[in-house]
Amino acid sequence: MPSNKSVSDAPVVQFTNCRILKNHKLQREDLWVREGKILNPEKLFFDEKIPADLQLNCKGSIIAPGFIDVQINGGFGVDFSLATDDVRPGISLVSQKILSHGVTSFCPTLVTSPPSVYHKVLPQISVRNGGFHGAGILGVHLEGPFISKEKKGAHPEQCLRTFEEGAFQDLLATYGCLDCVRIVTLAPEMKRSSEVIQELTSRGICVSLGHSVANLSQAEEAVQHGATFITHLFNAMLPFHHRDPGIVGLLTSDQIPICQQVFYGMISDGIHTNPAALRIAHRAHPKGLVLVTDAIAGMGLAPGKHTLGQQVVEMDGLNSYIAGTKTLSGSVATMDTCVRHFLEATDCTVETALEAASLHPAQLLGIEHQKGTLDYDTDADFLLLDDRLHIQATYIAGDQVWRRNTFTL
Amino acid sequence: MRLVILDNYDLASEWAAKYICNRIIQFKPCQGRYFTLGLPTGSTPLGCYRKLIEYHKKGDLSFRHVKTFNMDEYVGLPRDHPESYHSYMWNNFFKHIDIDPNNAHILDGNAPDLQAECDVFEKKIKEAGGIDLFVGGIGPDGHIAFNEPGSSLASRTRLKTLAMDTILANAKYFDGDLSKVPTMALTVGVGTVMDAREVMILITGAHKAFALYKAIEEGVNHMWTVSAFQQHPRTIFVCDEDATLELRVKTVKYFKGLMHVHNKLVDPLYSMKEEN
Repeated sequence: MPSNKSVSDAPVVQFTNCRILKNHKLQREDLWVREGKILNPEKLFFDEKIPADLQLNCKGSIIAPGFIDVQINGGFGVDFSLATDDVRPGISLVSQKILSHGVTSFCPTLVTSPPSVYHKVLPQISVRNGGFHGAGILGVHLEGPFISKEKKGAHPEQCLRTFEEGAFQDLLATYGCLDCVRIVTLAPEMKRSSEVIQELTSRGICVSLGHSVANLSQAEEAVQHGATFITHLFNAMLPFHHRDPGIVGLLTSDQIPICQQVFYGMISDGIHTNPAALRIAHRAHPKGLVLVTDAIAGMGLAPGKHTLGQQVVEMDGLNSYIAGTKTLSGSVATMDTCVRHFLEATDCTVETALEAASLHPAQLLGIEHQKGTLDYDTDADFLLLDDRLHIQATYIAGDQVWRRNTFTL
Repeated sequence: MRLVILDNYDLASEWAAKYICNRIIQFKPCQGRYFTLGLPTGSTPLGCYRKLIEYHKKGDLSFRHVKTFNMDEYVGLPRDHPESYHSYMWNNFFKHIDIDPNNAHILDGNAPDLQAECDVFEKKIKEAGGIDLFVGGIGPDGHIAFNEPGSSLASRTRLKTLAMDTILANAKYFDGDLSKVPTMALTVGVGTVMDAREVMILITGAHKAFALYKAIEEGVNHMWTVSAFQQHPRTIFVCDEDATLELRVKTVKYFKGLMHVHNKLVDPLYSMKEEN
């Protein structure tokens, strides 16, 4: 017999007059929240027989799961790859500021750096829940140094490394501590990469292919050993060729193991990828597209010079290049800008654009039972948006952690 | 009997909803004095529920002092199954209105002792002071709730095995797979509904026409259990043109001629805003 007793004394909040992203569609439904989780109102009605304690009128807003950024190098003057004695203020600042971009969870990203930087910085970062203090940290994304010289992009050549001597032990010695590492980007054509990929995967670390000159079979072999992500598709890899599509060919490869899916990051800022290329990728493999910002320290600031690890970059408002060159180095786009640009460039549905920044990154990291959706019993990390996908308010664990000045419920 | 005939499904649904709305408001329900409503499921009442929700959202009708008792529920189907009658009532009605969850009663088809569950349901109806208005539908085989052909016209709430006609009719809700359709249900009895102070039966569509003919133009017969309501002092049958296809022209003309009288029951449409 179901119990009539209340399961919890915590207040039940009902968000009404809204459209929520549920089962891949925007539906006219209310969103119910209690104790930081999304609540099943039908169960509440029939089991506990209690109404909501608070009803909030969302004035027709769209409610979507909070965005998850799996590649962000810094922002607002903060560079995660800088070897400071205390990285926490910088991480806190960024995690706070990105709430207004709709990001509720992220992976601070470190670019290719000398081992001393990893040994200093990594032990200072820990996985933590988000809240009023800022977006949650899911773990670190290590982009490099085990990448290709030919496709180093903005990464410093003198810090590139191989692991052909000691395979995984070399990697461990370079990084020092893997406790909080969530994603590692490497070039699969490097000798002994298969063992490294297998070992990383077995430790629950997501392996991504990027900054590489791998051909399609090398990329497929990497996937068969556990790689599941491609770092900023098209950028820093061989271009698509009709007789050897390279890493790009993974989008339509028939060599992917049955239970596995390949995801690919796209920087949808209008600069890193031509909209036509973005459309080709999206149409080839829509379910795998993950929007990332690849944002650098200059994001959110006025044009000027900033650092990206060991490099100096110049930002002119939209573009960011290695100082004195035309080499792109990260972006200064915000996540919500990327979502809007993606929507416009591909003419996709609002649901698709929102899922590319929430559901897909959650699936990539294997946390979709907890984040990235508005399913019952998942974390109440969500956004209120207007019809043109501008963020009106950001919620983490059911608390309003940011809102636009002009917006009140 | 009143036989109210509207041109189409939408108009029939609206008439029924207006009637229910007026009855609730005229009753002047308040704390400690609830209006008790018996409720059906299925495709027929969906339009009626939609209109009632509309009146509620406009602020004209509140269910805060209304108690509801549903007619039936499948046995053995998990409560959160999309085809359970709990799910139906939540999605199509309860989640859109302001009813107190403690006042919404639906039989539990997963109760450990099914007959005890039925007995308690009858007791709850009695404790609520009986049903003021029981709204129901009719099956193609003339059943009311799950009182299948052969059910006693004096029956009370109990466990029933479903007739093949009913299982076939319900298959469309279970991907057309007959093996997935529940074969048993808990249902209020014919006698239970007869105890209500007023009964309203909604009948729409040509596929219900023969059942309507059997229910009102032939005798009281336990093979067509809706016919029992010929002996109830206050029954209204609300139907669309298609549902009257098997009736005598004389019957239809007579009741259509009375529409100006029937319409006084729904026009004017009351609003709780005026009562305040």
